Amino acid sequence: MFAIRNIGTKTFRLCRNLAQKNVANLSTSTDTINRSLYNFSDEEVQLKETVGRLAREKIEPKVREMEQQGDVLPEIRQLMFDNGLMGIEIPEEYGGSGLNFFSSIIAIEEFAKVDSVIGGLVDLQNTVVNTLLLHNGSKELLDKYCPRLAKDMIGSFCLSESSSGSDAFAMRTSASKNGDYYTINGNKLWISNSKHAGVFFVMANVNPSLGYKGITCFVVDRDTPGLTIGKNEDKLGLLASSTCAVHFDDVKVHEKNILGKIGQGYKYAISILNEGRIGIGAQMIGLAQGCFDKTIAYTRERQQFGQRIFDFQGMQHQISHVATQLEAARLLVYNAARLKEAGKPFIKEAAMAKYFASEVACQTTSKCIDWMGGVGYTKDYPIEKYYRDCKVGTIYEGTSNIQLNTIAKLIDAEFK
Amino acid sequence: MSLRILVGCKRAIDYAVKIQVKSDLSGVVTEGVKHALNPFDEIAMEEAVRLKEKKLANEVIAVSCGPAQSQDVLRTALALGADKAFHVEVPAKEYETLQPIHVSKILAKLAEQEKVDLIILGKQAIDDDCNQTGQMTAAVLNWPQATFASKLQLKDKEATCEREIDGGLETISIKLPAVVTADLRLNTPRYATLPNIMKAKKKPLKKFSPKDLGVDITPRQEIVKVCEPPKRQGGGKVASTEELVERIKKLGVN
Repeated sequence: MFAIRNIGTKTFRLCRNLAQKNVANLSTSTDTINRSLYNFSDEEVQLKETVGRLAREKIEPKVREMEQQGDVLPEIRQLMFDNGLMGIEIPEEYGGSGLNFFSSIIAIEEFAKVDSVIGGLVDLQNTVVNTLLLHNGSKELLDKYCPRLAKDMIGSFCLSESSSGSDAFAMRTSASKNGDYYTINGNKLWISNSKHAGVFFVMANVNPSLGYKGITCFVVDRDTPGLTIGKNEDKLGLLASSTCAVHFDDVKVHEKNILGKIGQGYKYAISILNEGRIGIGAQMIGLAQGCFDKTIAYTRERQQFGQRIFDFQGMQHQISHVATQLEAARLLVYNAARLKEAGKPFIKEAAMAKYFASEVACQTTSKCIDWMGGVGYTKDYPIEKYYRDCKVGTIYEGTSNIQLNTIAKLIDAEFK
Repeated sequence: MSLRILVGCKRAIDYAVKIQVKSDLSGVVTEGVKHALNPFDEIAMEEAVRLKEKKLANEVIAVSCGPAQSQDVLRTALALGADKAFHVEVPAKEYETLQPIHVSKILAKLAEQEKVDLIILGKQAIDDDCNQTGQMTAAVLNWPQATFASKLQLKDKEATCEREIDGGLETISIKLPAVVTADLRLNTPRYATLPNIMKAKKKPLKKFSPKDLGVDITPRQEIVKVCEPPKRQGGGKVASTEELVERIKKLGVN
């Protein structure tokens, strides 16, 4: 029994070697032109190395503890802010890191390799909350919230309700006008990072008779009277990530806190989810890769019937298949990200990336437990956590079925 | 007191990599292998940046000698807080035979040119473990040196340094300009924050050649052979102390 534990510590050192070899090939300080999707700018390479190190050295030792506590440790949250990871694309004049979209993707992937909760925290803040504000906020809102989001404040995006998930526009939360104030009433559900969020981007309908064309995005401070954070869902995975109900009881918001234009909220939501999808894709490939790396290291050590279990042909075929799927998923994510950065159409590719990456992550983690055998089923090893964490990937930010609908619609349009 | 500090940054094979010897026994495999800033140089950089933050220094210059890839560690140094970087370009073939004696002359020349008050180097590089560059640089410049530093305090033009030596800890006081080499416990280096990685892009990086600095890098040593240490033989078990003594006597050890 103890011999197995001894393999554990050594294998994780070994899998660090594997991860590092791959990064060496990414450096652009060579003479050959690299047009593969693994062509990163110097800043992106530096970012990947720095974030990878930070994740392994600072976050990995705390992952189990955070899961058991059901919360991200305050010092880890602070670490993310101090290293500029919560304001990756926020411009430097607001105290952000001023980097590009792909940098967010790299950061999300590197963190998810270690803990998809942290990957998720970085994903939502950067690809959903910050982007929503940067694309649609008035100068006043940008001046007020960008510095905070970069420095010390977590933001939450409130769209879903108990009776509106995929059917987001069926939301019931309303906002009625009183002079230059709006009064918001309703209940949002499944709101990630809500436990520690300081600001909420709330979708509410100012005129239900207009249907979805009345949906408006309000920026609501946490301490606004009438806003209460409800219970944290008791989930299968992502246990350290808060997923609470957020209740709005006569919450008064000034009209200058409307993000963008009245009645355009639905557009902003769709737009943000199209981009956020790529972020989830990155979270899923990171999760799958982190799980895979640890598992392969184990299979190269564990012996049965006088040989490494990695050497059995049956194992090799399964491993190669999963590795190929994972590579394909990564390329879909990277490609969608680069298309978006280039200002090219990317919605179909983003939907494909999220759909494929989340499905691949589920397959990968399941096979990894098989390959680990009995120990994969125990909490002594990190593998089972990846298995539980990945399941939500096919559900949140647009279920797999919704992604497939989106892809089909776009295919149809291509043939017009 | 506003000091100018020069920090040596060597690009060495990453500490976590499993080293492999080349099949022709001429050296270790470096192609495609992960490299990084030498960990002791990271500690040296951290110390320099902290002195700048304490307003005791106003400029930190990072220097690296090596082929084009050395610019990677200079970019890291800039992201950690250096103000400017110097790349002394040494082609790959000549880099294989570059020795501390050459590097110390290069650093000395740059220190004089830039009117530097303090040179902080890592105590040794983790690839060659020479532990010579700091000492030689001080000798070339005829400056005082404080090696294996685990604590550094500056006041006026004097540095008080706690050194880790074989017998324990030794505290010495030296006058600036001086050379200090960083040991493991001097500090815990920071991570490069994302905003700093972006800011590093705008910081100046200047290239030199050893010839520009009047340093001759002709090798004075020839590497004859590089091989792995002999494989560790298994030990044996003995039943009693007497048997142990018998065995030791038989091996000819007194």
